Amino acid sequence: MTATEYLIKNGFVFDPVQGIKGDKADVAVKDGKIVKSTELSSKAKVIDASGKTVMAGAVEIHAHIAGPKVNEGRNYRPEDKLFTYTPKKKGSRMAGGFSIPTTFKTGYEYARMGYTTCMEAAMPPLFARHVHEEMKDTPIIDEGAYPVFGNNWFVMEYLKNDEIDNAAAYTAWLLNSTKGYAIKVVNPGGTEAWGWGLNCLTVNDPVPYFDITPAEIMTGLMKTNEYLGLPHSMHVHQNSLGNPGNYTVTLDSLKLAEGIKANNKFGRETVLHSTHLQFHSYGGDNWGNFESKSKEVMDYVNRQKNITVDTGCVTLDETTTMTADGPFEHHLTELNHLKWANVDVELETAAGIVPYVYSPDIKVCEIQWAIGLEIALMAKDPMRCFITTDHPNAGPFTRYPRIFKWLMSVDARKERIESFKHSAKMVDATHIAGMDKELSLYELAQMTRAGPAKSLGLASIYGGLAPGMDADVAVYNFNPDTPHKPDEIEKAFSSAAFVMKTGTPVVMDGEIVSNGNKRTIWVDAKVNENPQVMRDIKDKFLRYYSVTLGNYDVTKHFLSGNPRVIEVDATR
Amino acid sequence: METVTVTIKTQPELFLEADNISPDAFAGKKAAEITTLHAYEGREQYTLGKYFDVSGDAGATAADTRIIVKGDVSRVKYIGMKMSAGEVIIEKDADMYVGAWMQGGKLTAKGNVDAFAGIGMKGGELIIEGNAGNYLGAAYRGDWRGMQGGLIRVKGNAGSDIGYFMNGGTIIVEGNADVHIATHAEGGKVVIKGDAKSKIGGQMVEGEIIVFGGIDVMMPGFKYVKDEEIEVDGTKATFALFHGDLGERHPKRKGQVVYGKLYQKI
Repeated sequence: MTATEYLIKNGFVFDPVQGIKGDKADVAVKDGKIVKSTELSSKAKVIDASGKTVMAGAVEIHAHIAGPKVNEGRNYRPEDKLFTYTPKKKGSRMAGGFSIPTTFKTGYEYARMGYTTCMEAAMPPLFARHVHEEMKDTPIIDEGAYPVFGNNWFVMEYLKNDEIDNAAAYTAWLLNSTKGYAIKVVNPGGTEAWGWGLNCLTVNDPVPYFDITPAEIMTGLMKTNEYLGLPHSMHVHQNSLGNPGNYTVTLDSLKLAEGIKANNKFGRETVLHSTHLQFHSYGGDNWGNFESKSKEVMDYVNRQKNITVDTGCVTLDETTTMTADGPFEHHLTELNHLKWANVDVELETAAGIVPYVYSPDIKVCEIQWAIGLEIALMAKDPMRCFITTDHPNAGPFTRYPRIFKWLMSVDARKERIESFKHSAKMVDATHIAGMDKELSLYELAQMTRAGPAKSLGLASIYGGLAPGMDADVAVYNFNPDTPHKPDEIEKAFSSAAFVMKTGTPVVMDGEIVSNGNKRTIWVDAKVNENPQVMRDIKDKFLRYYSVTLGNYDVTKHFLSGNPRVIEVDATR
Repeated sequence: METVTVTIKTQPELFLEADNISPDAFAGKKAAEITTLHAYEGREQYTLGKYFDVSGDAGATAADTRIIVKGDVSRVKYIGMKMSAGEVIIEKDADMYVGAWMQGGKLTAKGNVDAFAGIGMKGGELIIEGNAGNYLGAAYRGDWRGMQGGLIRVKGNAGSDIGYFMNGGTIIVEGNADVHIATHAEGGKVVIKGDAKSKIGGQMVEGEIIVFGGIDVMMPGFKYVKDEEIEVDGTKATFALFHGDLGERHPKRKGQVVYGKLYQKI
């Protein structure tokens, strides 16, 4: 018989939801939920966490871990798998891959680091079935996926005419059809413009034919999001990603949130999430005078309270970049001459994939490394700045523990800076060498648990240890009261001592012991009947789509057996 | 230098993956310990001792270790994989991946070897006295970093796709070679002393291909430049020099555009 009651005893607990900052406390679990310890019977199984760090399961807000573009990465990079496979073990299947791991490895590795909820950051609606099939095959972690809206023909046509109610009805329909979680925007307008061989490199570049600007798309989608009252805010990958001098475009995009108010029942206070900010905080006007503009960007983020960001930290590995920003990937393959895969997704989006080596011997990569960390270190409110690598774009998610090490230790950063080939030039172009901030475990819990959960509108379920929340708990072999070397941080967070997912132990001493009770999270938004939008959908499917409506939506067959539906009522 | 002799006694039913037959894995081990090193047959893990008699102890380091592989190992893959020093002599035919990712030392195959010999090679010497299969000195599937250094010499013929994505080092084929030579190369040198067929230097950016015999079909992206007398592997002769692949990007160095060079003996 599996126990349903657990008492995780005597750990150093870090829980921003309850404001617990490393006090010795017990965490009680019953029937998959956190409860007060007085509610446990004498049969509760005791997990001894003394001398260890206890946090809620971590929440990943942005990673590319399922779907056609991830799978094409796996297909066209057999070399990424070379020498990485581990054989089947008692609790786990054969798994492998480095920057684009198999679905199984994705689930196992997140769980081993104490992550229990992950969001797939870009779901092409037309291929939503594939995304869900992969999520279904990813064990342990709860997952949701963000369908992409920023280059969608319906969206551009409705927003061009400021028809927010129609955009909302279409959005609700698409979230339902694709079993999606949030409004994702990738290079708004730019990916569509690329169909004409163009791009939108500022927020005011008009999209050919549609004659709408990225600023209008983003503003319209923020309004749509708040009209519907979705749990997450609009989630945007801004224009001009990866180009020197792009920080002004970033500031222009962030400013669009001014004056827009959050409207939802989930406790979310923000209206815009700006993702992988590292790629958008560049100064200079070429690769020679390329420099960090993290300060300019973070000064604004710190002031403007209705936006959240994630870092997109560069891990200095060989990785696989993949994004719905088609023109960017073409630009990248022209730069590094490595193989390029690309696809256009009909009326909706596109995607490209190019391998990339972030080398510690290349000045630009060294500066990128610094910018990602600077963003996290400059954040005044850790509840609004989250740690990511934009997996696998700036590096694989399996490197999170190394990023924690760099953020939590000046010595670790110093050691890394000194061993760079161009360390003096890198130091001149960045702020990192002068920063003495070391992230606390409490701030880490804010940036990896409570913060992302709140931005996602899931703060009542995930990211905390308050009674009533899901029993997702991670225990690390890390004693905050004893002195430690920086590498011990990385070691402890790489391989948790104990991880529980919805009340089921899934990791013990770094080994997978159960495939858990994985769920797919999606948003069911109800709107008033809208015959015009339904007619537009039928019309576009007849005229343009290569599939019929009946072969488009994610039916039960594709969805994991354990969906968690977040309901939203936006009927007027 | 100490010599370890491994003699096959039981043929695998499937193919045997024996990447542990290398001076690096044997170094510092006695014969009895060597028999306990693992090898895979299909998805099952066994030991070398199940398939081989092992006699002689290895030297303290890879450099002090010579391995002689006796018997029919035509169903054994990965002999000498990743070896960094020392010597391996394979007396008869071997299967795929001989000397794959080799970094140093000397590996001599007295018979024929199958595909992927010396792939991703970084250094050392790989001598194949018989014929080599396809993908000799090539890159691993998908990788753009092929052979980086070292020397591969084939006394017989070689198959197709040799030197695929080559970046450095030298491949000398004393006999003939099949189609696709040094495709995507960005460096290195391939010498074919016999005849070459077609698709030679396709998408080549840099590097050299030297053909002593005939070429069935020249790639359209190669342009004749001039005749040039050069010395190749001890032979001095006049060759026609072609630049290519003109359909590919080419870097500039010291103001000069760098091309792949294809020489054909006149």
